[in-house]
Amino acid sequence: MSDELEKLFKEMAQSIIDGDSDISVELAKKSIEMGVPPLDAITKGFVVGVNYIGDQFGAGEAFLPELVMAGEAMKAAVATLEPELIKLGEAREIMGRVVLATVEGDIHEIGKTLVGTMLSASGFEVVDLGVDQPADKIIGKALEINADLIGMSALLTTTMVRQREVIEELDKEGLRPRIKVMVGGAPITRDWATKIKADGTSEDAVGAVQLAKQLVGKE
Amino acid sequence: MSHKNIKTISNPKLKLEILTKEDVQKIHDATLQIIENVGVRFPSKRALEIWEANGADVDHEKRIVRVKPQVIEEALKKCPPAYTLAARDPQQDLPLDGNHVCLGTDGCGVEVIDIETKEKRTSCLQDVRDIARVADATEEVAFHWVPVSAQDTPAETRGLHEVKAVWENSTKHVQTESIYSVHEAQAAMEMAVILAGGKAEVRKRPVLSLMQCTAPPLGHDGGSLDAALIAAEHGIPTGFMTMASCLTTGPATMAGTLAVGNAEVIAATALLQLAYPGAPVFYAAAQTASDPRSGAYTGGGPEDFLFGAATNVLADFYNIPLSMGSFATGAKEPNWQAGLEGSLSTFMASVVMSDMLLGVGFLHGSRIWSYAEMMMDCEIFSIIHKMMQGIVVDEETLALDAIAAVGPGGHFLAQKHTRNHMRDLFLPQFLDRRPYTEWETKKDDARDWALNKARKILKEHQPDPLDERISKEFDKIIKSVEKS
Ligand code: B12
Repeated sequence: MSDELEKLFKEMAQSIIDGDSDISVELAKKSIEMGVPPLDAITKGFVVGVNYIGDQFGAGEAFLPELVMAGEAMKAAVATLEPELIKLGEAREIMGRVVLATVEGDIHEIGKTLVGTMLSASGFEVVDLGVDQPADKIIGKALEINADLIGMSALLTTTMVRQREVIEELDKEGLRPRIKVMVGGAPITRDWATKIKADGTSEDAVGAVQLAKQLVGKE
Repeated sequence: MSHKNIKTISNPKLKLEILTKEDVQKIHDATLQIIENVGVRFPSKRALEIWEANGADVDHEKRIVRVKPQVIEEALKKCPPAYTLAARDPQQDLPLDGNHVCLGTDGCGVEVIDIETKEKRTSCLQDVRDIARVADATEEVAFHWVPVSAQDTPAETRGLHEVKAVWENSTKHVQTESIYSVHEAQAAMEMAVILAGGKAEVRKRPVLSLMQCTAPPLGHDGGSLDAALIAAEHGIPTGFMTMASCLTTGPATMAGTLAVGNAEVIAATALLQLAYPGAPVFYAAAQTASDPRSGAYTGGGPEDFLFGAATNVLADFYNIPLSMGSFATGAKEPNWQAGLEGSLSTFMASVVMSDMLLGVGFLHGSRIWSYAEMMMDCEIFSIIHKMMQGIVVDEETLALDAIAAVGPGGHFLAQKHTRNHMRDLFLPQFLDRRPYTEWETKKDDARDWALNKARKILKEHQPDPLDERISKEFDKIIKSVEKS
C-alpha cells in the first residue's frame, strides 16, 4: 500500500472516530478522485474507525454521543460512495437488513434508536421507521427492502400486545421464518418473547447486536 | 391544617437558593425563544385548532406550533396559583398552596416483588388494590398514583380499572398517570363526577387529577393532549410532566435541558388555559441525566438531585403548583444506591417545597414495585419531614434551667425538661441502632422490618369501603367503554 493510501485510510478511520461527517464525506470524495476502489475505502478506512469506537463503547470508554456521531459520519461516507459502488456493480457486504420501529400507540424512542445505531455500526443495514408504527407499515417496509429482521420496541404494557399482532400477521402471510423477529423495551421479558413466539429479545443494545448476528447466522 | 392519617411538610425552616432571580429570568427568556422560533409539536387536531384560533403559527403537516411570547405569558397568568386536591374523605383533602409537600406513591410499574413469596412477577389488578390499601394506612403517603399496571385487564380500559381499584381501597386523593386517550379520559371524568356527586361538585372537590407526560424533546403525545383537555374542561387538575434528560432528550447541559422541558410544560399549560381559562393545572417534572455510556434513564445522581430543586423555582416563577419526581431509584433491590438516591432527591425537592412528590415504592428506574422499598422510602420522607422543622431556638429550647440543674458532669436523663421534650426527637422504625452481637445473631435489617410492616398492614387494615352503588356505576361505565 502506498504511503498516501495508508494515510488516507487512517484519516478516514479518524474522521469516524471524531464523528465528523463533513470530513468523512470529503475523504470519501477524495478517494473517488484518487481512484480508490470504494469497497476498500469502506472496509480498510471507515469501518476501522467504526470498529474502534464500537470496541471503546463496549469497554465503557466511549460515550453514547460518540457512538451515534460515528454512526452518522459512517452513513454519510457510505452514501457518498454508494453511486460509485453501484456503477461498479459491487455490493458492500452487509450483515443483514433490519426494519426497526416502536409499535403503534407508543412514542418511546431512545432505546429503539440506540439499538438502530448499534446495529448500523455493526454492519447491518437499518431502516428506522420511528415511533408509533402500525403493523402494516412495519411489514410493508420489511417486504419492500427484503428485510432479514424486524426489530420492535414497546415500552408500555398496553402496547406490548402490538408486537404479538405483527408476529401473528407475519405468520399468517407465511413470512416466517424467512423474516426473523426480535423484540425489546422496558416491560419485555424473555417469557413474553417466548409467549408471542418472537425469535429473541435483549435488555440492551449490545445484546441486540449479538442477537441479530445470531439470527442471521453470522455470529 | 392537619389531615387525617396524612403527614405533609409545611412551614419549612430550611432554605436553599439554587437559582438566582436572574437565572430564572434567563431560563424563561430562553424558553420563550424556543417556543417562538423552534416550536413545539402538538400532534392533536384539537390542540392545533386551539393554537390557530389564538394566533399561533401552525405547521399542520409537521404539527409544530410556534407561539409569540405574549400569548404564552398572558395565558399563564390565568392559572390558579392554589387549589385543593380532594379526597374521598374530606379530612384528607390536600391543599396545593405552596406550603405543603405531599408525598404520593410512584406509578405505572410493570412488575412487583410479591409481598409473600418475595419473587418478582408481572403486576396485576390485585396489586393495585393491595398497594392502595397499604398506602391508605401509611401516613407519609398523602395521595396515590396508580402504582402498577393491571396487566390482567383489557388494555383499552386498563386505566379505568386501575382508578376504580384505588378508590375502592383508599379514601385518599387519586392521581392517575395512566389515562391518555379520549375514551378513557371521558369515562374517567364520568367516574369522578359520580364520586364527587355532580359536575359542579367535582369542580369544587376534584377527587381525581391527571398527570400527562410530554414527549421530549419539544413534543407531546396526541392522546395525552386530548385527555388533558377533557380533564381541564371538567375542572380536574392536570399537569404535564417533562422527563427531558441531559444527553438524549435534552442538551448535555442542565440549563439547556431545563429550558427544553420548560418549553414543553409551559406551552401545554398555556394551551389548557387558552381552552379553559382558570383550569387548575400543575407543573410536573422528572428530569435527570441519561447515563453517558448506555443512554439509560438514571433516576438518580447529582444532576437528578439538582433538577429536583431547580424545577420548583420555575414553577414558583409561573405561580403554579409543582409535582416533582423524586425517589425512583435505578437500584435493583433496596440497597445503598436506593437509600442514597431516595434521600438526596427527596431532600432537594422538599427543601424548595415542591407541592407533590412522586413517589415511593419503586426499583429499577420506575419499573419494579417493592413493598419494602415503599416503607423505607416513607421513612426517608419522615426524616426529611423532621429536618424541615429545623431548630427551634427560644427560652424553652435553650433549656437553661435544666442545664443549671445538671451542672458540669452528670446527665440529663432525669430532668423533667428532658421528659417533656424527648418525644420531639425522631424515632426511626428501620434504622439499625442495636448492639453488634444482636445483629450478628439475627442478621436481619431494614428490608425485613419494612416488609413485615407492609405485611401487617395488608393483613389488618380495612379502609373505609366505597359505597357499593358507586362501584356498580363504575362497572357500568367501564363495561360501556369495553363494548364500544
Ligand atoms: C424516558 C421515558 C419516557 C419519555 C420518552 C422520551 C423519548 N423521546 O423516547 C416520555 C416522557 C415521552 C415517556 C412517555 C410515557 N411514558 Co415513559 N418512560 C420513560 C423511561 C423513564 C425511560 C425510557 C428510556 O428512554 N430508557 C432509556 C433507553 C436507553 O432504554 P430502553 O428504552 O429500555 O431501551 C433499551 C432496552 O429496552 C433495549 N430495547 C429497546 N427497544 C428494543 C428493541 C429491540 C428489537 C431489542 C432487541 C431491544 C430493545 O435496548 C435499549 C437500549 O439499551 C421509562 C422507565 C424506564 N426506566 O424504562 C418510562 C416508562 C416506560 N414510561 C411509562 C409510561 C406509563 C409512560 C406514559 C404512558 C406516561 C403518561 N401518562 O403520559 C407515556 C406514554 C406515551 C406513549 N404513548 O408512548 C412506564 C410504562 C409502564 C407501563 N405500565 O406500561 C415506564 C416504565 C415508567 C413508569 N413506571 O411510569 N416516557
